[in-house]
Amino acid sequence: MPDAALVRSAPPGMLRASWLIARKDLAIEFRTRTAFLSALVFALLAATIFFFAWDATAVAASDLAPGVLWVTFTFSGLLGLQRSFGVEQADRAIDALLVTPVDREAIYLGKAIANLVFVAGVEAVTIPAVMLLYNLPVGRGTLALAAIALLAAIGLVAVGTLFAAMAVNTRLAELLLPMLSLPFFVPIVMAAAGSSAKLLAGRPVAEAWPWLRILIAFDVVFVVACTLAFPFTLEE
Amino acid sequence: MSSTLSRDTTVNAPTLSNGTDWLIIAGLASVAAVYVRAFLFTPPEATQGPAQRILYVHAPSAFVALYLAFALMALTSALYLWLKDEKLDRVAESAAEVGLAYTSVVLVTGPLWGKPIWGAWWTWDARLTLTLFLWFIIVGYLVLRGAIDERGMRARYSAVLALLAGFLIPFIHLSVYLFRTMHPMPIVLKPSAPSMPGVMLVTFTSAFFAFTLLFAGLLRARYRMATLRDSLADRENDR
Amino acid sequence: MDFRCSQLSLFRRTPPPYLSGMPSAAFPPNDASPILVAEALVRAFSGRRAVDGVSFALQSGECLALFGPNGAGKTTLLRLLAGLLAPSSGTCRMGNDASRAGSSPRGLVGLVSHASMLYSALSARENVEFTARMYGLPDPRAAADVALRTMRVADRGDAPVRSLSRGLQQRVSIARAIVHEPRLILCDEPYTGLDAAGSAALSAALDERRASGAALVLVTHNIDEGLALATHVAVMQRGRLARYEPRADVDASGYATEYRDLVTADA
Repeated sequence: MPDAALVRSAPPGMLRASWLIARKDLAIEFRTRTAFLSALVFALLAATIFFFAWDATAVAASDLAPGVLWVTFTFSGLLGLQRSFGVEQADRAIDALLVTPVDREAIYLGKAIANLVFVAGVEAVTIPAVMLLYNLPVGRGTLALAAIALLAAIGLVAVGTLFAAMAVNTRLAELLLPMLSLPFFVPIVMAAAGSSAKLLAGRPVAEAWPWLRILIAFDVVFVVACTLAFPFTLEE
Repeated sequence: MSSTLSRDTTVNAPTLSNGTDWLIIAGLASVAAVYVRAFLFTPPEATQGPAQRILYVHAPSAFVALYLAFALMALTSALYLWLKDEKLDRVAESAAEVGLAYTSVVLVTGPLWGKPIWGAWWTWDARLTLTLFLWFIIVGYLVLRGAIDERGMRARYSAVLALLAGFLIPFIHLSVYLFRTMHPMPIVLKPSAPSMPGVMLVTFTSAFFAFTLLFAGLLRARYRMATLRDSLADRENDR
Repeated sequence: MDFRCSQLSLFRRTPPPYLSGMPSAAFPPNDASPILVAEALVRAFSGRRAVDGVSFALQSGECLALFGPNGAGKTTLLRLLAGLLAPSSGTCRMGNDASRAGSSPRGLVGLVSHASMLYSALSARENVEFTARMYGLPDPRAAADVALRTMRVADRGDAPVRSLSRGLQQRVSIARAIVHEPRLILCDEPYTGLDAAGSAALSAALDERRASGAALVLVTHNIDEGLALATHVAVMQRGRLARYEPRADVDASGYATEYRDLVTADA
């Protein structure tokens, strides 16, 4: 006797499921907005504090800017990543998701996309603010800066989402996420700072290319690796 | 589906040696022999003086930490994710702890060597920086293991971390190397192995063997301890 | 269903030897193939067996009420049946399809537990609709509406879940679990926190689903509610089914006392 229930519904494919999950996460984030605003305010405060931490007469502010930018980017990104799986853990909503026929990788991709939007949103405000505070020249370099920020965000989010999924199930969640993620963020920060310093100083793209190559390779390797590793972080 | 019950560990658990652990003794003895040879039978290097002898500890430890301990950690973790055999997880755990010890030795001897020779405690040398990041990664690995009680989850999570770290290390190496070429650091005297005269070379290579032997001994002892701990826990749970 | 357990004496204390680790030959072939067949399910955590050899089968329209003390392994068993956990050994098959050992075809299972499994910032409607979309239902909005109305919570459907009382949240959670009309519904203490109206709505919904062919596993501490819905009754103790019998063989008035004696005898 054919089982009607099996025939009737067609669970969404991986891309559509990822999109639905990302949309759900963003809807939740949009309702409260606290995490986004906290990360944003943190980034702006950090950029401000860094300025006073250096002697502006010894080093030009515009030389400091790339470093400041990517360090604040990293730490405000971590703030956003912290809450990423908390919402699933709170009432065990993740169990309801795991009982459905949805691909496990789609859960990871959906959350990563939502985190990417979050981080990109914070960056969209922070970068102009840093350019303002540090007197960075607005010009051709700005577009390149946005592109580098996007590439760096992809890498950050790929690794951070996976470690957030792991950390939330452990005893030391808030400590573990930064501790595990930061070594992985180091190549991202180095590449982003190195290439953006070159491009903001007006150097040709060819000089920044070695760094950009590392950044792109990092993104490709870790998006694939983390997507494949994610199912292992679910209880089985 | 093959059973993953950990009762199987109690059957063939290797015992922590009731007698003496010959491998560790052999390792320690050979390390001691290398020290003796380094101090008494190998002349100090012309330009650097006696401090150069730290190289006989520093370089082999760095080799063991990265190419033996960490490689073993990453490899057994990858295999664990594939085969789900608990023994692989125990090897990874042991390799991490012993590797941490060796990495710490590198990070301590590096500045001790650097200060008298180059006048600076830390020069962000490419290899030393890589070892620093390795240290952070292994510490993170061990803290993660400490934060999870359930054995299956602990093994899986740390395996994922170690595997990803295996992908990370080449990127760190590339990034640091590129950083140093883009930001020229003060030129530093870098004595390296190939230009050594014969008698120093012999001490140098035998140091590598000695430290590797010690690593094997420590790894095996730590692995046995892990097996014993797990089978004790199994027996307690069965009660 | 031709179970020898129908000959179980109500006053038997020791678990019958054939109920744990039962070989599959003990399940006779049947015309109406069972919705769920569990064979020798075992699940261990760090060496400790939370579920230690559980076997049973459920036909369409049957409801198994599962009682047992805390820590007996009931929640672990439900998670195994739902496919959230893989068994350490043994199999769990659903429908006609002898799927991979250790997994039930998702899309046929609904899970209710004492955690609400809801996103508290979203509304009830959004939660149930999201689940409907994840199951790939053709009209998620309509399906969500039906489910919410069945659980009598449609009028509060647009308020964020965290503003609802515990009982209403539980109703929304049940609506979420049945939105895709599952063939197997697993309930882990679903009556917790429900008032009389909520309990009535839940019982009515579960009974309606059972009448339309679904199978139910109901874990509860509330013996009366359990016996009211059950076609089969079981007691789980230390990872095993200590008792398993059809509801018809159970004397409702005396059962509560027997159950209490059974679990305190081993405590």
